[in-house]
Amino acid sequence: MARALIHMPTEARRGEVIEVKTLISHPMETGYRRDSMGQPIPRHIISRFVCTYNGEEVFRAEFFPAIAANPFLSFFTVATETGEVRFQWTDDQGNTQTETVRITVV
Amino acid sequence: MLSVSRRQFILAAAGGLALPAALRGVAQASPESAAVAMKAILGDAASREGKVSLDVPPIAENGNSVPLTVKVESPMTAADHVRSIHVFAQENPLPNVAHFYLGPRAGKAQVSTRIRLFTSQKLVAIAALSDGSFWSGSAEVVITLAACIEE
Repeated sequence: MARALIHMPTEARRGEVIEVKTLISHPMETGYRRDSMGQPIPRHIISRFVCTYNGEEVFRAEFFPAIAANPFLSFFTVATETGEVRFQWTDDQGNTQTETVRITVV
Repeated sequence: MLSVSRRQFILAAAGGLALPAALRGVAQASPESAAVAMKAILGDAASREGKVSLDVPPIAENGNSVPLTVKVESPMTAADHVRSIHVFAQENPLPNVAHFYLGPRAGKAQVSTRIRLFTSQKLVAIAALSDGSFWSGSAEVVITLAACIEE
């Protein structure tokens, strides 16, 4: 779907609270704008974001048109075990993008 | 000849002024629709003020991208944590901004993003806690350049 950037530590101590920052390129078209011909531009937004840690959901978000273009999101999670952190964005046209980051917990 | 061209100029200028005014006719949310959106979260419960803080610049130059951080005071343990955070912009065409769902695995009840604001207004965030209580916080933002009206 688009280019996504994820910034989070790849190594952490067990139980440490880590910050995860994500950015994905997307127009987040509100549906309230009109083009140069006066025709409404249809809404096209990312409506869902889910973050899972070794398969377990740790954070989820639902977006509305009030989220700025190229949605940036920062949140926290506890580094519990070595494994895979998965990020999935879904837009209102059904397109999804998934990114994964491996984290080593010592 | 001069007077005709001046008349044309004035008409054209007036037409130019009328256009942005027409663009401003985007349906604005009323405080009632914001209340309806909040009721969808709260149900019959009421929210108390406190625990929730919104960090936004008091004056934002560009309404298309306003940095927002929402924090909730909570130990984030299995017994006592924040279940969800809901952000509302009462003067936007759609009062809903975002819903965030957290849990004890979050470790810290803090979320940051960038939002669009149609005009200067009061932002409200409601947090649902694991004990079933609701807490709210608010912040005033002044917008210099509104979102939603640019071509």
